[in-house]
Amino acid sequence: MADRRRRKKEQTEYFFDYSLLFIVLFLMGFGLVMIYSASSYEAQQEFGSGSFYLRKQLIADILGLVVMMVMANIPYKFWQRFTTLAYFASLLLIPMVLTPLGVESHGAKRWVGIPGTGFNLQPAEVAKVCMILFLANMVCLMGKKLRTAKGLIVLIALSLPHSLAVWLITKNMSSAIIILGIAMLMIFVATPDYKRFVIMGAIAAAAVILIVWAIFNTPIIEKVGFRGERVLAWRDPEAYAQGKGFQTLQALYAIGSGGIWGKGLGQSMQKLNFIPEAQNDMIFSIICEELGLFGAIAVILMFIMLLWRMMIVANNASDLFGALLVVGVMGHIAIQVILNIAVVTNTIPNTGISLPFISYGGSSVLFLMMEIGLVLSVARRIQLKELA
Amino acid sequence: MPAIHNKIAHRKKILTVFLGCALVLVALFGRLIYLMVWEADYYAEKATQLHERERSIKAARGRILDCNGEILADNRTVCTISVIHNQIEDPEAVIAMLCRELELSEEYVRGRVEKYSSMERIKSNVDKAVGDRIREYEIPGVKVDEDYKRYYPYGELASKVLGFTGGDNQGIIGLEVIYEEYLQGKPGMILTVTDAKGIEVEAAGERRVEPVSGNDLYISLDRNIQTYATQLAYQAMETKQAQSVSILVMNPQNGEIYAMVNVPEFDLNDPFALPEGMGDNLSAQEKQDMLNRIWRNGCINDTYEPGSTFKIITAAAGLEQGVITPQSQFSCPGFIMVEDRRIRCHKVGGHGGQDFVHCMMNSCNPALISVGLLLGVDTYYDYFTRFGLLTKTGVDLPGEAGTIMHNRENMGLVELATVSFGQSFQITPIQLVTTASSIINGGRRITPHFGVKVVNAQGELVERFSYPVTENIVSSETSATMREILEMVVKEGSGKNGKVEGYRVGGKTATSQTLPRGSGKYISSFIGFAPADDPQVIAVAIVNTPQGVYYGGQVAAPIVRQLFENILPYLGIEQE
Repeated sequence: MADRRRRKKEQTEYFFDYSLLFIVLFLMGFGLVMIYSASSYEAQQEFGSGSFYLRKQLIADILGLVVMMVMANIPYKFWQRFTTLAYFASLLLIPMVLTPLGVESHGAKRWVGIPGTGFNLQPAEVAKVCMILFLANMVCLMGKKLRTAKGLIVLIALSLPHSLAVWLITKNMSSAIIILGIAMLMIFVATPDYKRFVIMGAIAAAAVILIVWAIFNTPIIEKVGFRGERVLAWRDPEAYAQGKGFQTLQALYAIGSGGIWGKGLGQSMQKLNFIPEAQNDMIFSIICEELGLFGAIAVILMFIMLLWRMMIVANNASDLFGALLVVGVMGHIAIQVILNIAVVTNTIPNTGISLPFISYGGSSVLFLMMEIGLVLSVARRIQLKELA
Repeated sequence: MPAIHNKIAHRKKILTVFLGCALVLVALFGRLIYLMVWEADYYAEKATQLHERERSIKAARGRILDCNGEILADNRTVCTISVIHNQIEDPEAVIAMLCRELELSEEYVRGRVEKYSSMERIKSNVDKAVGDRIREYEIPGVKVDEDYKRYYPYGELASKVLGFTGGDNQGIIGLEVIYEEYLQGKPGMILTVTDAKGIEVEAAGERRVEPVSGNDLYISLDRNIQTYATQLAYQAMETKQAQSVSILVMNPQNGEIYAMVNVPEFDLNDPFALPEGMGDNLSAQEKQDMLNRIWRNGCINDTYEPGSTFKIITAAAGLEQGVITPQSQFSCPGFIMVEDRRIRCHKVGGHGGQDFVHCMMNSCNPALISVGLLLGVDTYYDYFTRFGLLTKTGVDLPGEAGTIMHNRENMGLVELATVSFGQSFQITPIQLVTTASSIINGGRRITPHFGVKVVNAQGELVERFSYPVTENIVSSETSATMREILEMVVKEGSGKNGKVEGYRVGGKTATSQTLPRGSGKYISSFIGFAPADDPQVIAVAIVNTPQGVYYGGQVAAPIVRQLFENILPYLGIEQE
């Protein structure tokens, strides 16, 4: 009896967001199934084992769960004192890709090898987490100064170096956009103002439209560079079927041939080497092909539910620091999901962004789970009576 | 309290962020619905095209049949051997087996086997027996597909007329080229589902699109006449040690060609073979040039100076214009002066006084030059044009050569004089026969042709060909007079060796010097038709550079005589 009463007391006082945990576990489990489906044919050809990628991802997922549980059990306030250190450390980590420690893969130097472990770290992933921690703390420190234009400019200026370094040093524009996007969302939430953001958004949109217009009307196609070519391939993928439009076109074939109900799990044709490394960034197209519109919308709904759970946690966080941490993670996941699906459906030009929890990639899942751990940690501090 | 106010402000903003993200995701729903419902068929079709590998099934090419329904060009089943790179398990075994069975160099086979492609053709037109043997090895990665190869039952017969086909069963020369679209048929397909590297997906199975056979072509050529004419031509070539002999037999009423012989012919079933001992030290280009010479159809592709046979045209023009009648008197002293030139007659002493019929019977050059001069350059040129000599005949064979003639502006009296008896310009044999036919058939310029009709594989008529006819190039009176004159040439004149017992034959001989003059080389020819009063068949025999006696009346006229002796009864033309 006493035991039950104590548990009841704990329940009334503290909160563990099982819904959020369940959604994450579901997405990871679903991701494993889809990785196996998308990769087994190619894995069988290359490594002689259809479950090659599945096994590697499973290990990463288990490791991620452990990291998540550890993070969930460390009070998030513990990290507050390290945020400035994290800011500078993560910034310094980015140029490390140019040192002999840098590791090249798929023709780009975006990884840093940790000596003696065989494990590769992507500085951009580190930068995302550190940016979330740093900005959350910074907002708390700045307090009312945030309401002034000067405060806003300082905050934006502080979020730029990582994004610029990732873009210019590792030539990874998509990660740069994500880092900047996370920062802007956090700053948007932290400051009470709307007007300035609407103006900034309008300027950014106008700039994008101008650049795209300029590329569409370029007289010399050779001069637009590979990013420009991606924009041209976006407009007409079939004209660039053998070059920059190849991957997009193959993804469209997969999506279109899926139809409403899909071909059935495991029945994708496009994964048979047509879409290179189908288990990576383009995995959503295989989901569409095998599970159809129905499956695709179900996956997107799961992500919307995940974001909704995070909103609940953020709204009920016991302090601003916790709330902003959750907003950062929420922004991170939302931006990646939106950009990934937009790329796969050729809604925006092609750029390499993975689908959180589902795409193959150990480093990515570890950092995502670390962030989910942070969110769970924030959730644990919510006192149930405050839950609105 | 500002803190609470702040918290509410934050909550509103967090809600804004969430709703914003959710809105964008819902917009992506819309994009997905567009792609997967509206565009689904388009992309599914594209994807299917991408996933299916085509192996084409050759369509059976239409046959070519003569006027009696004898098959002149047929199909035989042969095999195409290919390798599928990704299915090969033991490349060395595949290479060794293919080298042995197909008698190919190891270097060539290795190159094909090791080439990274979905499917590589090793050799086509392989004998069915060899193909069956290769199939029995059951070596993974080797594919044997059956298809058809052109087969010509009579080998050399009418080789330059029929033509032959290449590795993809496409016509290369002759009728095979001209009637390609009727003969070729529509290839079928075997569609196999594969992955991006070309490996077959076993569970997916195959789809077949059946080929449509080509249509049969019926031609006017008569195998019997062609065979006999070929024999005569070879005989003449051997006895006269000639370079080549051409014989052309046609119906002068409608232009249907019964036979077109150009010896030496070549073997249609092995058209790329060079004569024994030749071609060993030749470059690819030289070999091709030599083959092109072997494949040339002299009746159509080559021009020559027609010589005296062309007097038919000059005579018809003179009669039609009314500058002469058969009774017109001419005097031949053995030469004629045209401007400052002295043009000699072939009879050194001259023919003396004679009427025009005798001029033709004697093939008198000064008399025909006089006719030309009576007409004048402009009128003569008008007739030359009106008779159709400046345009091609339109025969349904490729590469017909045009007439090489003086320009009207450059034509003086000397040129007119030489043209009048068939020199200083060049035409093709088919042009001569066509023009002569038109003059003796009542004045209708016909189009010489082989193609009669096209019938599909089910025996239904697809198309019956019709050919243009130009009426009234000469009046029927002139035509009748010309028939009488030409009958006299054979009856009592220079063409008497063309006489056939029991038949009324008309004709004209010719002996032309080849260029350059004085080389001692001649072309002997004779053009003859029967019956003289109502021509049903016209034939020309042209002997190129005969040794010894070279007069057309002695070399070429007997060929046409022998031909007529056989084919006139065969064609059902009654004796007088």
